[in-house]
Amino acid sequence: MKLDTQRPAREASSPLISAHNIVKRFGNLTASDVDLFEVRSGEVHGLLGENGAGKSTLSKILYGYYRPDSGEIRVEGSPVSLRSPAEARALGIGMVFQDFTLIPALSVFENIVLFMQGLPRVLDRRALQKQIAEAAASLGTSMDLEVPAGALSAGDQQKIEILKQVLAGARVLILDEPTKVLAPQECSGLFATLAELRSRGYGIVLITHKLDEVLEAADRISVMRKGRIAGVLDRSAATQAGLLALMFEGRGTREMTRRTARSFGANALELRGVCTDDEGHAVPLGDVSLRVREGEILGMAGIAGSGQRELGALVVGRTRPRRGTKMLWEQDAGEWSIARLRQSGVAFVPENPLEIACVGGLSVAENFALGERRYRRGLGIDWPRVQADAGSAFDRFGFPRPPLGAGMRTLSGGNVQRAVMARELANRPRLIVALYPTRGLDVHSAQAVRDKLCASAGEGAAVLLVSEDLDELFDLCDRLVVMRRGRIAGEFEPAGYAPEAVGAAMVGAAEMQRAN
Amino acid sequence: MQIERTFWKVLIAFAAFGLVLLIAGKHPLQAYADTAVFVLGSLEGFTELFVRMSPLVMAALAVSIPARIGLFNVGGEGQIYMGALFATGTALCLAHAPSWLLLPATLASGFAGGAAWALIPALMRIKGVANEAITTLLLNYIAPLAVGYMIFGPWRSPESLSYPQSPKLVEGARLAVLPGTRLHAGLLIAAACLALCAYVLYRTRWGLEMRAIGGNALASQHLGLPVRSYIVACMAIGGGIAGLAGMAEVSAIQGRLVAEISPGYGYMGFLVAWLAGPSAAKTVAMAFLFAFISSVGDVLQITQGVPFAVVNILMAAILFSVLCGGKRAGALK
Repeated sequence: MKLDTQRPAREASSPLISAHNIVKRFGNLTASDVDLFEVRSGEVHGLLGENGAGKSTLSKILYGYYRPDSGEIRVEGSPVSLRSPAEARALGIGMVFQDFTLIPALSVFENIVLFMQGLPRVLDRRALQKQIAEAAASLGTSMDLEVPAGALSAGDQQKIEILKQVLAGARVLILDEPTKVLAPQECSGLFATLAELRSRGYGIVLITHKLDEVLEAADRISVMRKGRIAGVLDRSAATQAGLLALMFEGRGTREMTRRTARSFGANALELRGVCTDDEGHAVPLGDVSLRVREGEILGMAGIAGSGQRELGALVVGRTRPRRGTKMLWEQDAGEWSIARLRQSGVAFVPENPLEIACVGGLSVAENFALGERRYRRGLGIDWPRVQADAGSAFDRFGFPRPPLGAGMRTLSGGNVQRAVMARELANRPRLIVALYPTRGLDVHSAQAVRDKLCASAGEGAAVLLVSEDLDELFDLCDRLVVMRRGRIAGEFEPAGYAPEAVGAAMVGAAEMQRAN
Repeated sequence: MQIERTFWKVLIAFAAFGLVLLIAGKHPLQAYADTAVFVLGSLEGFTELFVRMSPLVMAALAVSIPARIGLFNVGGEGQIYMGALFATGTALCLAHAPSWLLLPATLASGFAGGAAWALIPALMRIKGVANEAITTLLLNYIAPLAVGYMIFGPWRSPESLSYPQSPKLVEGARLAVLPGTRLHAGLLIAAACLALCAYVLYRTRWGLEMRAIGGNALASQHLGLPVRSYIVACMAIGGGIAGLAGMAEVSAIQGRLVAEISPGYGYMGFLVAWLAGPSAAKTVAMAFLFAFISSVGDVLQITQGVPFAVVNILMAAILFSVLCGGKRAGALK
C-alpha cells in the first residue's frame, strides 16, 4: 500500500498512526506498556522522557523494528500487523535514527534513490533529480545532489534522511533524538523543516529528553516514564514545571551550582602553537594555544565539527602534534603513549563512548578493569576490588547501578555514558578531558556529572570541558575558549560570558559582518 | 539444544555427501559402514582419530588465538611446514646432544619456526603494509617450497636417493609413541596448549585485554592497551602452536622431514576454529569431527576407489550446513 503524499489530511478522528495497549518485555524488564499513543495528521508530537523511559522502544515498535508482546497498532484507524520496518515503510511510516543510515561513499542522489520505492529498472536520472529537488524545495531547503553523503555536516545529513523518508512516501516521521547530533543553530533549521512538514499534513514524532525542544517545536507532548505514558499535554497546557513533574514524578530539579572565583595551581595542560595533520575527514588543528591549570575548568565552545574531537584526540595521545608542543604538568608530553598518559592521571570522556571508550561485548565490570594497573592481581584481575570500586563510583555519582555483569552493549545510551563517566572519574584523575559529557543524559544525571566535574576541580584536577550547551559552559567554567575551524577563535573570562559574544566567535565575526 | 542442532546439521551434510557418492556411482551406505567398522572396529582406526586430532587442535588454536583479537590467520599450513623445518634442522644439527637437551630444543625450534613464519604477517600488519589474511595465505605457498629445497638439497638423505626426504632423526629427538599405535605425545602437547589458551583467555588480564581488543580495537587503543604488541604476540603464539604440530608430525609420525608433512591440517584447522569459536570444548568436538572426516577419506580411497580429495566435498558440505542459519549469517542480510 502506498500513500499519496499530496492527499490532504483526513478528519481528525482517525489519527495517522496509533498504538493501543502495547506491551513489550525484554526478559523481566517491561520496556513498554503504553495504553494509547497517537499521532495525528499535521502535528508535531513530542515524545519526552528521561533516558531509559521507553521512548526508543515505543518508536521502534511503531516502526516495525520490534514486535510488541501484545497490543495493536492502527494506521489511519485500521489495525495493521507490522512485522518489519519494510512493512512499516510501505504503510507510510518512516524513521530517522540517531545514527544515520546514509552510505557515506555514495552521493546524496544515490542515497535518496536507493530508498525510493517502485522505481523502474533503468532510472531516469534527470526526472529523479527534478523530483528530489522539488521535494527539497517544498521543505524549504536545497542541496547539492552530487557530493558524497559522508562529506556533509550532521545537519545536512539529517535533512537528507528526512527527504528520503518523504520521497519514499512516509506520512508519519519518527525522529529519534534528532537534535543530539546538531549544533544549536542547526536545530532551528530542523524545527523549521518540521514546521513545514506539519503544514503539509505530515505527522511527526519528535523524541527528545530536552524540555525546551518540545516546548519550542511540538504541538502535543506525551511524557514517558518507566515505559508508560505518564501524561499527554497540549502545547498550550504544557509548562516546564508540569513536564518535569511528569518526567520525574515530582522529584524536581536542583539549581545549578554557580562557581565562585578561586585560585588555581600550576599548568596541568598547556598547548603552544599546536598544529596537526590533515587526515581524512578530520579538522586539522591550526596554531592552537591554551592552558588548563590545576583546579580550573576550561570550557570549550564551538559548532560541532570545529576541531573539538581532534583536540581531544591530541590531548589524550591518540594523535601527535605536527608542530608546536603539548606540555603536561610542565613536561613535554607530545610523544607520550596513551598508556603513559592514562597512567599519569589523564581521564577521557569522548563524545561517542560506545565507539572509543568501552567494549560493547564485555561486561560493565570488565570494562571498568580494562587498562587499570591497580586491579592487577598475579596474572589475573582482582575482581572483588573492581566490583567494589565500580559500585562505589556509581553511588558517588548518584547514578543508578547497572548490573555489573551485564554486557555494555545491552545498556541504554545514557547508561553507557554514565558507566564511562564513572570509570574515568573513579580514580581521582589529575586532568579530565570531557567531550559533551552531558549529551544524551537526563536532567538528573547531567546535573550529577556537572557536580562531579566541579568537585574534581575543587580537589585540584584540571578539567577541559567541551560542550555545545552554553548555559552549562557559563555555569561551570572558569574560563572559556571558542574553537572554530580548528583554531582558537576567542577567549572569555566569566565577566564576558554572553551568548551573543560567544556565539559570534563560534560562527566567525567576519561572516557575521558579511551577513550584515 | 544447540549441540543437538549441530548434530543434525552434520548429519544432513553426511547425507548430502552420500548423495554425491551415489551420483558418482559409489555406494554411500557401504562406504559409511566401512568407515564405522574401520574407526570403531579396529584399534588402529580408533587411535588414528586421536593421532589426527592433535595437529587439528593445534592448527585450530593457531587460527583461534589471533581471531580473539580480530585477526585472520589463514597461514596455519605454512606455519606447520616451517615448524617441521626448524625442528628438523635442530634435530639434525644437535644429533649428538643428550636427549634431555635435544627433545626440548627440537620442540622449541618447532615453535620458533611457526612463530617466525607468523611474525612476518604480524609485522606487515602493524606497519600497515598488508593485511594478515592475505599475507598468511600467500606464505602458505612458500613454506612447502622451503621444505622442498631442504630435502631435495642440503638435507637429502643419502640412503634414499630415489625419494626426497631428510635423514632419520635420532631417537633422542623423537616424541614418545604408544607402542602398537601411532598415538604420540603430541596429543598431550595439543591438550596442554588448549587448556593453557582457555585459562589465559578467561582467567588472566591478558585474556581480558585480548577480548577487549577483539571487541573494540579503537576503544582498547584509547584505554592505553598495547594493541600492536598483542597483534605480534597473538600471531607469534598462534603460529608457534601450529609449528608444534609440524614438529610433532616430523618427530613422532614420520621420523624425518618429508615433502608432504601435512595433508592440509592448517586449512582444516581454520575450519575447526571457525566452527568452534572461542570454546575449548567445541574445538575438541570439531577437531574430532574433522579427524573422522579425514578417516572417511582414507577408507573411501581404499574401498571405493575415489581420491582422498573427495573429503573436501564433505568438509565443504559440513561447513555450509553448520554455518547456515547460524548467528554469522546475520551480517549481510
